[in-house]
Amino acid sequence: MNPADGSGNGQPKIGVYVCHCGTNIAGIIDVEAVRAYAEGLPGVTVARAYKYMCSDPGQELIKEDIRANGLERVVVASCSPTLHEATFRRATAEGGLNSYYFQMVNIREQDSWVHTDKAEATRKAQDLVRAAVHRVRFHKPLERSRVSINPAVMVVGGGIAGIHAALTMANAGKHVYLVEREPSIGGHMAQFDKTFPTLDCAACILTPKMTEVRSNPNITLWTMAEVDKVDGYVGNYTVTVRHKPRFIVEDACVGCLECIEACVYVRGKTPDEFNLGLNMRKPVYIPFPQAVPPLVVIDRDACIEFKSGRCKKTCVEVCADRNAIDFTQTETFDTVEVGSVILATGFKTFDPKRTPSYGYGVYPNVYTAMEIERLVNSSGPTEGHVTLRDGRTPQTVGILHCIGSRDVNTNVYCSRVCCMYSLKLAHLVKEKTGAEIYNFYIDIRAAGKGMEEFYNRVAEEGVHFIRGKVADVYPEAGKTGRVVLQAEDTLLGRVRKIPVDMVVLATGLEPQADAEDVRRTFNITCAGGGFFMERHPKLAPVSTFTDGIFLAGACQGPKDIPDTVAQAGAAASEALALVDRGYVEMEPNTAYVMREECSGCKTCIPLCPYTAISRVDGKAQINPVLCKGCGTCVAACPSGSIRQNLFEDEEIYEEILGVLAHA
Amino acid sequence: MPEPIETSQESAAGWEPRIVAFFCNWCTYLAADLAGTSRMKYAPNARVIRVMCSGRVDPQFVMEAFANGADGVLVGGCHFGDCHYQSGNHKALRRFRLLQRVLVGMGIEEERIRLEWISAAEADKLRDVMNDMVARVTALGPLHLEVPGEGPREGPREELPEVAELQEVTA
Repeated sequence: MNPADGSGNGQPKIGVYVCHCGTNIAGIIDVEAVRAYAEGLPGVTVARAYKYMCSDPGQELIKEDIRANGLERVVVASCSPTLHEATFRRATAEGGLNSYYFQMVNIREQDSWVHTDKAEATRKAQDLVRAAVHRVRFHKPLERSRVSINPAVMVVGGGIAGIHAALTMANAGKHVYLVEREPSIGGHMAQFDKTFPTLDCAACILTPKMTEVRSNPNITLWTMAEVDKVDGYVGNYTVTVRHKPRFIVEDACVGCLECIEACVYVRGKTPDEFNLGLNMRKPVYIPFPQAVPPLVVIDRDACIEFKSGRCKKTCVEVCADRNAIDFTQTETFDTVEVGSVILATGFKTFDPKRTPSYGYGVYPNVYTAMEIERLVNSSGPTEGHVTLRDGRTPQTVGILHCIGSRDVNTNVYCSRVCCMYSLKLAHLVKEKTGAEIYNFYIDIRAAGKGMEEFYNRVAEEGVHFIRGKVADVYPEAGKTGRVVLQAEDTLLGRVRKIPVDMVVLATGLEPQADAEDVRRTFNITCAGGGFFMERHPKLAPVSTFTDGIFLAGACQGPKDIPDTVAQAGAAASEALALVDRGYVEMEPNTAYVMREECSGCKTCIPLCPYTAISRVDGKAQINPVLCKGCGTCVAACPSGSIRQNLFEDEEIYEEILGVLAHA
Repeated sequence: MPEPIETSQESAAGWEPRIVAFFCNWCTYLAADLAGTSRMKYAPNARVIRVMCSGRVDPQFVMEAFANGADGVLVGGCHFGDCHYQSGNHKALRRFRLLQRVLVGMGIEEERIRLEWISAAEADKLRDVMNDMVARVTALGPLHLEVPGEGPREGPREELPEVAELQEVTA
């Protein structure tokens, strides 16, 4: 079809629509001036301005003009194409045109919102509209191709976010691969004693879900495993998973724990990770009593057999004919095909050694909040007795808020959970010890259901609140073992010095140390601060810019358990919506070869990262299924005989001329 | 540290540089969107043309922009290791280095053509690069490019070619 048909002057009939977006655009850009300018451009037969083009009446304008005025091309100048390109393509199609006879102009995110000079912003909008009008004349009718979706899904990270997402999808009948790098699932939540603000026991609500993961036939649970490599695209990802050796045959181990008892080490000598090093474990150990899978693991860095090869191997003796211990295990790999991936890789807590003024690691009775979580826990290293390192029970406790949060020297953001867990720990420590507890805070942030009520309750219990940041922590004179917390009480307007037996640092939440590597593996983006970036902060909070990859939990930003579970459910339903449809539509921006012009020079072949180009009968040939539409081969072809749908050379040249045409 | 910028006489006379920017769809274009949603402010001189990957930027696009009145060209892509297409940015870089040498040989100052890696989260970098580019090109003054056989090109072409004529090539 010749697109020039019907216009009478060799040009297709173009309709231009300029959006006010309320005052978002019209507040800076003279929308009427842009509309009038567009009206005078060659080929433009309709130019309209409208309050909200994305609204139904706005879209109706386009459809009506296509029907009534015989428009052949549509240009909408409004927000970013990432927001509404699909909307207007659909409207174009519903009006009766091929949806790719459409071009979008971004005059909001990249114009009215970033400029203050009204005349310059208007001129820029006119230039951009002109470029689109130039370009759209060369658009070709294109069709989206459909690719089927693999219905299996993968969840990376076995904390509460990953567990909830995996169970939701497994219960919907999908096969889920749950990949966890630690020996057990459970994540941080398994380490908590109680959960705020309801004070229900974390293990009591988490462990049933953990065992459900193990028993659900739709879930393949891989612990001590990490994602090594991801290939493919939405609907058809090929994920390579690396299994670290547990030195235990998973199918043979029954979790009797007799090997731990039998180990030649009488006492543990390795800091117990689960209890943050507050006690020692043996080289063969179970991460925690409720671990899922309930299997032991051998730490090769601590085990004598690995060090010297001359251990008596009492563990093997006691395991006897179960033969569950295998010192010869090595790394293995699995490759699976999945349609979608949910990342639930969680967070790490701030390392208070980075702020030395609080004395962590210097004074023995300065603890992190996570350590106190383990101390108050009845299955923790002290069986729930809150004691100092010298065995005394603290009489006075200072809780320092915002360690590694809301601080220009560390992290500027609020970690959201620390106020509430500080209140919870204040309550639990006071309940167990009767100590006087002083909270040093900047602001108490108790937003959310039941939170303010919990704050009031803890305050009524007699916990003290001092508004001010602790400036210094130093030992009290006279070898009392206590430290003095010095802070300005900003409500009283004077400096206070409070001697305490125990200091609790309410450390904030940070991205995992290897979040950057995970981000690269899955080709997604990190936002400021290093947490994974969502596609849209409000409207696509669990999606990423890579289709088919979703986010759940604190890997996207600090959040508490209720929000994490809600987000995990959202991510699961997004993934389900994707894989249940059964197919994905691919953007038709693939490259293609003009065979008669191709000289067969092979320049393009090594450039393609997807090996989509091959040489057939002396000429290049592009497999449209493999092509992802980057256009690198197009730019590199010496004879200009590779072209790209949606980004044809002519279209881009016309844009260049268009933006520069303004006198 | 950026070098000090000397201002030419022309830039004092109210002339504003015209900059054409080619941004990749996945990183730099999104950074520009983020600058908008963050309501950052920067110089309005650049006109952005979206491509899927910085690897799609044909050196001829840059030439064409200069030949038609651009005073500067900015290419934006993903950081190394972040390319949505694995390595399109590397390919953009190797092409860019050669192109820049050719342009300098033609008498176009090096600072008029710039390649930057700006991730989708680096809205502040986008703003700074935009402002810095405009300041530097402003200091250089307008580009007076001699197009062989045509003499100095004052403005863009006046007439649009017939679509049917050009379309024959793409058909």
